[in-house]
Amino acid sequence: MEKLFKIIAQCSASFVFIILVATVVVLYLTAKPAIEEFGAHFIIEPRWNVDVIQPPASEQLANPISENANTGSLKIETDNTEEADVSDEDLEADISSDEDGYDDDLGDDFADDEYIPTDDDIETGQSGVEDPAAGKVSTIYGGAVPIVGTIFSTIIAMLFSIPIAMGIAVFLSEIANSLTAKPIGIAIELLAAIPSIIYGMWALFYFGPFISSIFGGHSVSLLIAGLVLGVMIIPFMAALSRDAINTTPDVLKESAYAMGATKFEVIKDIIFPYARAGIIGSIIVSLGRAMGETMAVAFVIGGIFKFAHKVTDSTISIPVVLANNFAESSGISMNALFYLSLLLFIVSFFIIFTAKYFFLRRK
Amino acid sequence: MTKRLLINKLAIMFSSLMAILGLAFLAWIIITLLLKGSSALTPYIFTHDLVENGIRNLLWGQFVLAGLASLIGIPIGLLAGIYLQEYGNHTKYATFIRDLSDVMMSAPSIVIGTFIYAIIVIPAGHTNGWAGIAALFVMMLPIVVRTTDDMLSMVPVELREAGIAIGAPKYHVVLHIILKAAKVGIMTGSILAFARIVGETAPLLYTSGSTIYMETDLTQTYPSMTVSIYNLATMPDEKLVSLAWAAALVLTLVVLMLNLLGRFLIRDKRL
Amino acid sequence: MKNKMEINDFSFTYKGAKAPSLKHISLPVECNKVTAIIGPSGCGKSTLLRSMNRIHDLYPGNIYDGEILLHNKKDEPSQNILDIKKENEFIKLRQKVGMVFQKPTPFPMSIFDNIAYGLKLSGQKNKRKLQELIEKSLHKVALWEEVKDRLNDDARGLSGGQQQRLCIARVIALKPEVILFDEPTSALDPLSTLAIEEMIFELKQDYTIAIVTHNMQQASRVSDYTAFMYLGDLIEFGATETIFIRPTKKQTEDYITGKFG
Repeated sequence: MEKLFKIIAQCSASFVFIILVATVVVLYLTAKPAIEEFGAHFIIEPRWNVDVIQPPASEQLANPISENANTGSLKIETDNTEEADVSDEDLEADISSDEDGYDDDLGDDFADDEYIPTDDDIETGQSGVEDPAAGKVSTIYGGAVPIVGTIFSTIIAMLFSIPIAMGIAVFLSEIANSLTAKPIGIAIELLAAIPSIIYGMWALFYFGPFISSIFGGHSVSLLIAGLVLGVMIIPFMAALSRDAINTTPDVLKESAYAMGATKFEVIKDIIFPYARAGIIGSIIVSLGRAMGETMAVAFVIGGIFKFAHKVTDSTISIPVVLANNFAESSGISMNALFYLSLLLFIVSFFIIFTAKYFFLRRK
Repeated sequence: MTKRLLINKLAIMFSSLMAILGLAFLAWIIITLLLKGSSALTPYIFTHDLVENGIRNLLWGQFVLAGLASLIGIPIGLLAGIYLQEYGNHTKYATFIRDLSDVMMSAPSIVIGTFIYAIIVIPAGHTNGWAGIAALFVMMLPIVVRTTDDMLSMVPVELREAGIAIGAPKYHVVLHIILKAAKVGIMTGSILAFARIVGETAPLLYTSGSTIYMETDLTQTYPSMTVSIYNLATMPDEKLVSLAWAAALVLTLVVLMLNLLGRFLIRDKRL
Repeated sequence: MKNKMEINDFSFTYKGAKAPSLKHISLPVECNKVTAIIGPSGCGKSTLLRSMNRIHDLYPGNIYDGEILLHNKKDEPSQNILDIKKENEFIKLRQKVGMVFQKPTPFPMSIFDNIAYGLKLSGQKNKRKLQELIEKSLHKVALWEEVKDRLNDDARGLSGGQQQRLCIARVIALKPEVILFDEPTSALDPLSTLAIEEMIFELKQDYTIAIVTHNMQQASRVSDYTAFMYLGDLIEFGATETIFIRPTKKQTEDYITGKFG
C-alpha cells in the first residue's frame, strides 16, 4: 500500500513534466510544415496570407537548390514534383486511413496531414492553383507583424507598470501602517483576480477612448493594448516585489535608520539592493506573463495585420492572431499559427524560467 | 539636510500616489461593471439561454467546465504536491518539478488552447466540452501542485515524526495527519485555483468553442460565459452588449467572492 | 533481564556528513529505570535517542555502525534494531519503543481520536475496548478528570502541558516496553514541567525510560542513571548520584558545575 501510494503520487508529480513535453512536441509537430516551408525567415517575414506566384515549373526544376535558399517562400522542389501528381481523392483516402493511427504516440513520425482535417492543401506547404505551365501560386505566412506587436505592447506595458508596481510594493511593505496595509493589500490582490476579459471590456469601452482622447489616434491601438497590459500586470508585479522587499531583515533597516537615514534612503540604499534579485525576477516574470496575455489585448489592439507606424496605430500581437484566426484556418495557415504558438511558448517559457532560475531562487 | 527630507517626502508621496492609482483602477473597473452591468441584470437572464437573450446556459457551461476540470485537477495536483513535499523533498527531481510548475503557471493560456486543439479537437472534428475541460485542467494543475506543496511545507516536521513514532506507515501519516493539519490551506488553494480558471477565456476559445444554446453533452461544442462575453461585446446590437456587461458583472462578482472566501478561510488560521 | 536495551560500540553518521556524529557509544539501558542523557548542545544526545527507535530512517542515507540490542520478553529473542529493513518491522519496533517529542504534537483530531489513532493501527477495532484503553491511559497521565467531558473536542485546544500529557498518553496506550523522551519539558512552563517529571517517575514502574535533557537539575531529579556526552563521545556513565556528586572525569565535573555548556 505504501509503495502503491508513493508511485501514484510520483506519477501525479510527473504529470506536469509530461504535459510540458507533450505541449512542445505537439506544437512542434503541428508547426513542422510551416517550419519547413518558411524556416527561420518566418520571424522577419511581414506578409501573412499573401499569394505569391512562383516562376514556372521548368525553371524550378533547373535550379532546385538555389530557389530553396533564398526567401523560403518557395517550396522545396523535390516535394513539389512528388505532390503534384497526387490527386485529391488520394489525399482524402490518406487522411481517413491514417486517422485511426492518430493518437498522442509522440514517438511516431507522422505525416503532417493527419493533424489537419479534410483540406486540399494538406501537403507540405502547397496551396493554391497547380498549373505547372504558368507557375505555382503559393501563400506566404510570416510572423513579423504579430511578433513586433507582441514585443512593443510588452515594452509599453513594462514602462507603464514598473514604476507603479514598485511604488505600490514599497507602499505596502514600508510606508503603510498596519491599518491601511491590509485593505490596500487585499484590493491589489483583487485587482489581480479580475478576469482578463473584464479588463478587455473595460479597456474597449472606457480606458481606450480615454487614452485616445489624450494621445489621439485610434480608439484601438498598440498604445492602448500596451497600457491595458500594464494595468493587468501591476498587481502581479507589485505582489512579487513586495514579497522580495519583505525578505530584507529588520536589523538591516534598523541599523540604517539608527544612523539617521530617511525612509527613502533606506529603501534606495538598503532594501532595493538587498531585494534586487527578487525584484528583477518579479519584473521578468511579469514580462513573460504580459507577452502571453490574450483577451485584454484582443479587444483593444485592433487586430490589423499591419505594423504600427505610430504607437497610436492599430496592429496585432501573437496571442491575438491565435485567438482571431485559429478557428477558420486550415492547411498551411494553421501550421503557421502553430508555428507562432510554438515560438510564443518557447520564448515565454525561457523568459520565465530564466527569471526563476537566476533571480527567484527559493529559500 | 532639508534636501534629503524633501526628497524623502516626495518619494513617499509618489509611492502613496501609486497605491492610490492602483486603487483607482480597481474602483474604475468595478464601477464600470456595476453601472453597465446592472441594467441588464434581471431574473430573466438567469432563466433563459443566450438564444433568448439570457445567460443561463453560459453560467451552466462555465461552471461545468471549470468544475469538472477541478474534479480531475485537484486530486492529481494534491497527490503531486504530496509527492513533492513528503516523498521527494530535497531531491533534484522535486526541485525540477517545482520550478516547472511555477513556470507553467505563467505560461500563455492561448498556447495551451492550441495544444489541446491539436490533440483533442482535431481528432474529434469539432470543438467539444472535454477539450475545454482538458485545457482548464492543464492550467489548474500547476497551481494546485504549488499551493499543496507550500501548505504541506508549513506543517511542522515534529508532527510527521510523531505519527511515524506511533508506528503508522508513512502514507497513513500523510493522509490522516499531515493532510488534515494542512486542510485549510489546501482548501483555500483549491478555491483560488478554481476562481482562476472560472474566469479564463483564451483556453476555451477554440477548444470548447461557443454556442448560444444550452448543452449538456460534453462531446459537443459547449457554452461558456467568458467566450460568449468576448463574442457579445463586439456585436452591433446594444442589447447584446448590455447582456455582455451583465455577464461580465456576474463573472467578476463570482470570482471576487471566491477570492475573498479563500482569504477569509486562511486569515488567522495557524497551521 | 537486567537491561532492556544495550547500545554496543554504536557510531552514527548523518547522510552526507564528513565525520560521525556519534562515536563508539556503549551504554546499557536498564529495565524499569530512568536513564538520562545529558550534555551541551550538539553533543549528540538527541541523535542517540532517535537512533533507539530508528526515527532517523525517515531521512534515508544515514550510516549506522555497531549494534543496538532490544531484549524482548522471555519467549522472543533479542534483536539488533539496526538490522531492521522492512516496513512492518519498523512499525513493530516503534510500537515497542515509543517516543515523546520536545514540542507537543497533538494530531489534528479530537482528544479521543488522538489516542485511538495508534490503537486502531495496531489492530484494535473494538469500540468498547478502545474506550477502556483510552480512559486508562488518560488516567495514567492525570488528564482524565480534565478532559473526560470533552473527549471529542479538538486536541489542539488544550494547553501546552495538557497537550504534552496527551502525547504521553498516546504513547502508553500502545503499551510499549520502552519510552524515549526527547527534551519533553523544554517547551513547557515550570508547573507543567514538574507534573511531567512526576509522571515519568511513576511510569518507570511499568516501562523502561530514556530521557534526553539539557536541564541538569531535571536529570538529577528524575533519573536513576545518567550518561554524559560531549561532541559525539560518551564521556561517563553511572548511577545518577555518582555522576552528580563524584564524577570521575574532569569534563563531566566541568559540565556539572556549569563551567561550559
